[in-house]
Amino acid sequence: MNSVLGIILQRLGLGLLTLLVVSVLIFASVNALPGDFAEAILGQGATPEAVASIREDLGLNKNPFSRYFSWLGGVLTGDFGTSFAQANMSSFAGSDTGKGGIESVAAQIAPRFKNTLFLAGVAAAIAIPLALTLGILAALYRNSVYDRAVNVTTLSAISSPEFFLAYILILFLAFLNPILPSLSNIYDGMAFSERLQKTLLPALTLTLAVTAQLMRMTRAAIINLLASPYIEMARLKGISPMRVIVRHALPNALAPIINVVALNLAYLITGVVVIEVVFVYPGIGQLFVDSVKIRDIPVVQACCLLFAAAYILLNLIADIMSILSNPRLRHPK
Amino acid sequence: MSEQEILLSVKDLKIEGRSDETWNPIINGASFDLRKGEVLGMIGESGAGKSTVGLASMGFTRDGCRISGGSVVFDGIDLVTADAATKRSLLGKRIAYVAQSAAASFNPAHRIIDQHTEAPTQHGVYSKSESEEDAMDLYNRLRLPNPEEIGFRYPHQVSGGQLQRAMTAMAMSCRPDLIIFDEPTTALDVTTQIEVLASIRDIVEQFNTAAIYITHDLAVVAQMADRIKVLLRGDEVEESETRSMLSNPKEEYTKSLWAVRSFQRDLKAPVAINSTPVVSVQNVSAAYGKVPVLHDISFDIHPGRTVAVVGESGSGKSTAARCITGLLPPTKGVIQFDGENLPLDYRQRNRGQLRQAQMIYQMADTALNPRKKIGEIIGRPVEFYMGLKGAEKRKRVEQLLEQIELEPSQYIDRLPSELSGGQKQRVGIARSLAAEPKFIICDEVTSALDQLVAEGILRLLADLQDTLGLSYMFITHDLATVKSIADEVVVMKEGKVIEQGPKVEMFQPPHHPYTDLLLSSVPEMDPDWLTNLLDERGVDNIGDAASAKI
Repeated sequence: MNSVLGIILQRLGLGLLTLLVVSVLIFASVNALPGDFAEAILGQGATPEAVASIREDLGLNKNPFSRYFSWLGGVLTGDFGTSFAQANMSSFAGSDTGKGGIESVAAQIAPRFKNTLFLAGVAAAIAIPLALTLGILAALYRNSVYDRAVNVTTLSAISSPEFFLAYILILFLAFLNPILPSLSNIYDGMAFSERLQKTLLPALTLTLAVTAQLMRMTRAAIINLLASPYIEMARLKGISPMRVIVRHALPNALAPIINVVALNLAYLITGVVVIEVVFVYPGIGQLFVDSVKIRDIPVVQACCLLFAAAYILLNLIADIMSILSNPRLRHPK
Repeated sequence: MSEQEILLSVKDLKIEGRSDETWNPIINGASFDLRKGEVLGMIGESGAGKSTVGLASMGFTRDGCRISGGSVVFDGIDLVTADAATKRSLLGKRIAYVAQSAAASFNPAHRIIDQHTEAPTQHGVYSKSESEEDAMDLYNRLRLPNPEEIGFRYPHQVSGGQLQRAMTAMAMSCRPDLIIFDEPTTALDVTTQIEVLASIRDIVEQFNTAAIYITHDLAVVAQMADRIKVLLRGDEVEESETRSMLSNPKEEYTKSLWAVRSFQRDLKAPVAINSTPVVSVQNVSAAYGKVPVLHDISFDIHPGRTVAVVGESGSGKSTAARCITGLLPPTKGVIQFDGENLPLDYRQRNRGQLRQAQMIYQMADTALNPRKKIGEIIGRPVEFYMGLKGAEKRKRVEQLLEQIELEPSQYIDRLPSELSGGQKQRVGIARSLAAEPKFIICDEVTSALDQLVAEGILRLLADLQDTLGLSYMFITHDLATVKSIADEVVVMKEGKVIEQGPKVEMFQPPHHPYTDLLLSSVPEMDPDWLTNLLDERGVDNIGDAASAKI
């Protein structure tokens, strides 16, 4: 068991190192964007003095190294800084208004990210069992009509643009048969069931987008093993075809399947801007795009870092689970 | 015996295999009967269709094969026409299978006992707990160590010989009427093979199970079978009782199989006392990473001599070869060539030094680049070491092909995939000869080949040694091969040299106990050999007896 623990700790360390490297890349590329917040917010008629004063206020004129390290130091203590937009809004208003006034970036992102995780979770809860089942059945009835039909359907779904799928689903499930709401304007304090109902359409759209890859990977990983001597042995023991696949092939096909699941989960968390826009879903994707538009650097950096962390974490979990799925590592000699 | 009921009756069985979009015949009509409790040995070279017939006796064909005619009647049910569900209800329950490689045929994801109990519980023969208890009983009968506990391990935690016995136990789990043994000991060392053979024979007798025992090893089949059937390229050659088959084979082909083991080189004069060895390995130790694998080994190879290095798998034979070639630089010791020290790492050797030590590998299949033509494979070292180009190079390649007895015009433009196993191994020999070395390492060069083909390769190597004055280091685990070609023998075990000396002395007592164990474990044609040996060693705990002797 020690060897497994060692491997996990090693992967964890590598993951943290990757995150550090990514933080440098994020900082550098965000800084390489043309224009800055001062120019973006003041528009074309801005006087150089006004621009300079905003830059002075926000610390944009300091050298990049010191800005990076002060940002990194903040991040390590959980402080992602203050949104430029929020800061300016309150300075225009003159004084603190309402409850606390200026929100930190973390407070701004947190509810949005929670929504995104919720959507990803619902989509994954539908897509992963569905895709695994379809994949297992496709492997069982390989080269049959069923196999081909599933392949063609899932491939057509993944080949169509997401917004198109979204509108088709809206047409059938919200407009022609009004079962589900087409707007997913969820908010805090909403009952779970209502929240779920409003999230269902975007989640279904995402399901269509990720099922093909998951299903095909499951099918391929299983079929790859069917020529193995231990599968032949299982057949020669008179085991039923379904049990041969589920009990004898699947456990040995887990590693590649886990990896493709992790990649798709990461996509569900970081790549769903279009879906959010179509369904007016208050996720993190929209916030991210808006922040890039106005060069609201602290928000952009925080989102990027969060996305990177999600990718690294999911891959880390996939790695660890793949390792654990190997009995040679779980039970050393 | 003849009045006993017939259990399995195969009549005029024809099997086809699919290649290049057409169905080609593999088996052209095999027929045999098997009575209850009888063991039929099925023998032939690889590609003779033994496994195909064995599997077809279960009504099973591999992907890309089909039964195209004939019948396989098991206890009144024709398995050729039976539907899948009927066949499933028989497989595992009344007909079981033991495969060649237990390591590959156990599912790595489940514990041994869970795989053992699967067939009984799925077929409703025993409950899980009954079957588990029965498994421990079977493990005990098969003389597995810790029968109470061994089943709860995963396959990778158990040695090859133990796993093979666990698979035999698994085949017994529903007390079948018939078991197909498909080369169950081929992948094992001789010392382990004995234990498995004895276990299999006992348990088949105890439960009066009928069996088809498939192997390419005549001596093994002589111990196991009541009757023997000989197959050649899908055709039946002959079939008769074991003893009459051994004493009086009728067909030419059968006789040739029997004769293989008779190849014997003439004895050479002893090495002159002051002769300089071609290769001298002195006090060499080596390790893979931190794991030590060789401990202070020394031996010499003299000009024109063959030194056989024998030992079980994992004894360090191939590692010693890797040290000599410099692929694995030793941690200690000296490698000398013609009396001069060689750099230990091959990267520091010059072309002349590299040229002198060539290798021929066990798997000719993987040792030849599948995308290069034979002419290119042999031409490469001709150009690299000898600097020949163009017409000169081609001439030399043709000369080499003639030396290995392959017609140049016919083979020079072929790809390795168009050659048989024995021909590929010949190309491997030509490639090593192309460097015009003094010394060649032959690493298990015949162990992947059939006996007839292997004998051809041994004869070729012997002729080349006589004409070119080559020295060989011949790595093998097969003592019959050692007997036929070696001049000197080095016995290795666990990375140490246990015993070494001229062949004549090695094959005469007194031996080192381990050498004795190795020698006495080589199956002989005598059908009573195993029984006598077990009596000698003490039947009850042959495994313990074997290890106690070491």
